[in-house]
Amino acid sequence: MCQQKFLRVTYYKLLLGAIAALALSFLSSVALAQGPTPTDDEVNRIAKQLYCPVCESTPLDACPTEACRQWRDLIRTMLAEGKSEAEIKQYFVDHYGVRVLAEPPNRLATYLIPAIAILLGALLLFRGFQMWMKPSKARVAVKTAQTSAPDPYVARLEEELKKQK
Amino acid sequence: MIANFGSGVLFITFLVTLYSVFAAIYGERKQIPALVESARRAMLLTWPLLTLTSLILIYLLVNDHYEVQFVYEVTSRSMPIYLKVTAWWGGQAGSLLFWSWLMAAFASLVTLRKWERDREFLPWVIVVACITLAFFIGMNLFFESPFKQFYQTFNGVAAYSFKPADGVLFRPEDGNGLNPLLRHPGMIIHPPMLYLGFVSFVIPYAFAIAALITNRTDDRWIRLTRRWTLWAWLFLSFGLVLGGRWAYDVLGWGGYWGWDPVEIAAFMPWLTGTAFLHSVMIQEKRGMLKHWNMLLIVLTYALVIFGTFLTRSGVLSSVHAFAQSAIGPLFFGFIALTLIVSVALILHRWSSLKSETEMTSLLSREALFLLNNLLFMSILVVCFWGVIFPLISELFSGQKVTVGPPFYERATSPLFGALMLLMGVAPLSAWAHSTVKTLGRALWKPTLAAVAITVTLFFTYTQKIGALIGFFLIAFVILVTLYEYWRGAYARQRSQGENVFTALWNLTRRNRRRYGGYIIHLSMMLMAIGILGIEMFQRETQGTLKHGETISLANYELTYREIAQWDDLPSGVNYRRAVLDVYENGEYLGQIAPRIDYYYDSEQNMTIPGQRSTFRDDLYVLLVDWEPVGESGATFKIFVNPLVNWLWLGSFLFLAGIVIAAWPEKETERAAVTAGARLPQKQTSAAD
Repeated sequence: MCQQKFLRVTYYKLLLGAIAALALSFLSSVALAQGPTPTDDEVNRIAKQLYCPVCESTPLDACPTEACRQWRDLIRTMLAEGKSEAEIKQYFVDHYGVRVLAEPPNRLATYLIPAIAILLGALLLFRGFQMWMKPSKARVAVKTAQTSAPDPYVARLEEELKKQK
Repeated sequence: MIANFGSGVLFITFLVTLYSVFAAIYGERKQIPALVESARRAMLLTWPLLTLTSLILIYLLVNDHYEVQFVYEVTSRSMPIYLKVTAWWGGQAGSLLFWSWLMAAFASLVTLRKWERDREFLPWVIVVACITLAFFIGMNLFFESPFKQFYQTFNGVAAYSFKPADGVLFRPEDGNGLNPLLRHPGMIIHPPMLYLGFVSFVIPYAFAIAALITNRTDDRWIRLTRRWTLWAWLFLSFGLVLGGRWAYDVLGWGGYWGWDPVEIAAFMPWLTGTAFLHSVMIQEKRGMLKHWNMLLIVLTYALVIFGTFLTRSGVLSSVHAFAQSAIGPLFFGFIALTLIVSVALILHRWSSLKSETEMTSLLSREALFLLNNLLFMSILVVCFWGVIFPLISELFSGQKVTVGPPFYERATSPLFGALMLLMGVAPLSAWAHSTVKTLGRALWKPTLAAVAITVTLFFTYTQKIGALIGFFLIAFVILVTLYEYWRGAYARQRSQGENVFTALWNLTRRNRRRYGGYIIHLSMMLMAIGILGIEMFQRETQGTLKHGETISLANYELTYREIAQWDDLPSGVNYRRAVLDVYENGEYLGQIAPRIDYYYDSEQNMTIPGQRSTFRDDLYVLLVDWEPVGESGATFKIFVNPLVNWLWLGSFLFLAGIVIAAWPEKETERAAVTAGARLPQKQTSAAD
């Protein structure tokens, strides 16, 4: 009897505790209320975009070292705490520098120079074309007779094809 | 003792190369043929000397001479003999020696050819080859010696080239062992292939410089080195593919190419080399672009030296690593010097490099080739910028940054797409003269068929716009190329009365360069299928499984069966091997077994994926983690890599294409080469 009462009391206490815990967790963190711990895939999706702070050019999701495993666990914990992808990335940047990002944060500087170089090359080529084409225009009538004979191989081929048709 | 002997032989080789350089220059200037001949023979001596040096190093490697620093660093007692031998190129010092050895072999080969008609090139080819050789041997001798030995002095143990006064030879019991990643068969063949590609590009460069110095600026140097260039390209390309395969099989991240600076360093000379292979055709056919071809081969040479230096030194990791490495500034000094001298030479000969003909049409073959060159150069610019940007950033803002795959993929994919479009259009355009009309007439059928294929793929395979563009381009190039083949074979079939296969065979045999090139284009497209597949459709998942549990990805279900762990003591490796049953849509396909190999000597893990490969996709399973105690199970990472097998298939076809294009042609071509100048009537037989 006494034992039964004790059990009931414990049961109530447990129930109360559980409700309190639930309420607390609901209030303090939406993530916990959302459900179970994040899956490996969710962790890897973020780890993939980060570079291992210690190894050379290895994405965090593929790095086999113990340190990286801990960093992945950190991502998992932060996800469970309800942190967003941007917040987690920012956390890593704050702690280990921008080199953990797969790309420099200043995109303009990264893309501008090669883009300018390529445009310059294209411009140069275009000027080259113009230069080459100009003198030939005057002599085009004479020239075409001499140089525009298509590839002799192709010509022979076309001829043979025509003959057969 | 033996190590000192090795240093001695290396030093003699160094002197021989220097002698060769001076004898060649002096003999040429003073017109003493005997001295030039002496320089040639001196150069022929370098290969046996370097072979002896290498044999000494191999002897030390195989016989566990751990008092030698290099041997200590790359071998251990548990390694099998063949790995001890290949450890020759497993570290920086040894791989520099290996480079010199290959270079000497190529230089010797080139000097053994008949020189009657091109005698004036000979001294300068010797000079360029021997300066390059002297640089690498000097590097080996004075900065990165493979023969340094450990000595115990009052200050502790350190490696010295010569015995210090109070030093006692120190011999560690066992070595560090080769990095397990380098013990894979792919890694054993990959560096030699890459290096073969690197050193064989020195030959066309040497001829180009010789042509500039002697003012023989016609296209003879190009004709003389055409086959060298093709072989160089073959080795370099194959080296790159092997590297990719090795990464796929060993590095355990589900891919074959990570846009790592080291990979890019090997890729950059490939880009300029490929541009060169195309643009020399314009010079041969039309006598144009002579400056440009010179510049391209100079650039390729500089990038080869740059690549050799980068692949092993790791200096790109930071500015400080670069400043600290003894050989970094020297390498850059050498590259700068060769660039300055070469460009000065080109400027000096500027007027004699003038084009013989003019561009007549923007749609002509030569104009399209120029566009191709622009695209290759653009990709080079992107790659080079990506490699050096972290250094620049660190230098100027003190901020370390990573330039990873997203940058390269975003920046290069439109360029690669444009290249593919050109690959489809250019073969159908004519030299000197093409119009929209003629091109349109040739292109409309393949284009229509490619559109039909793309529409079919849209309804059956994918709705991703990027992938569809890619597939359209691939289909377009393949169809154009096959159409070209068909037209050629059809013509032969009718005119010669041959059956299809004989016609195809004869067609290829008689126009090796053209049809070899087409096969290479086809193979590139097969590779593109693989690249597109893995880039666009790769899927992955990771999960921790208990025995009997199942994880699924795409159509596959994998059930974890068992795991075993055992030691292979003679090899010093611990294996952990998991077995999973593979089902596809409920149908049992077989088992797959990913592994983790732990190497005791170097205390490193190697993740070997379990693979199941078909032409539709690869199932690629990694054992990520495993708790030996308890029932928590094992963690697996699973990739489905669609179509990636086409990449490897394409690389085999690629080999075939190059061999066809580079195979020695008999009379006709030799006649064209020896005749020297461009002979219009020979163009038919040399084709393109």
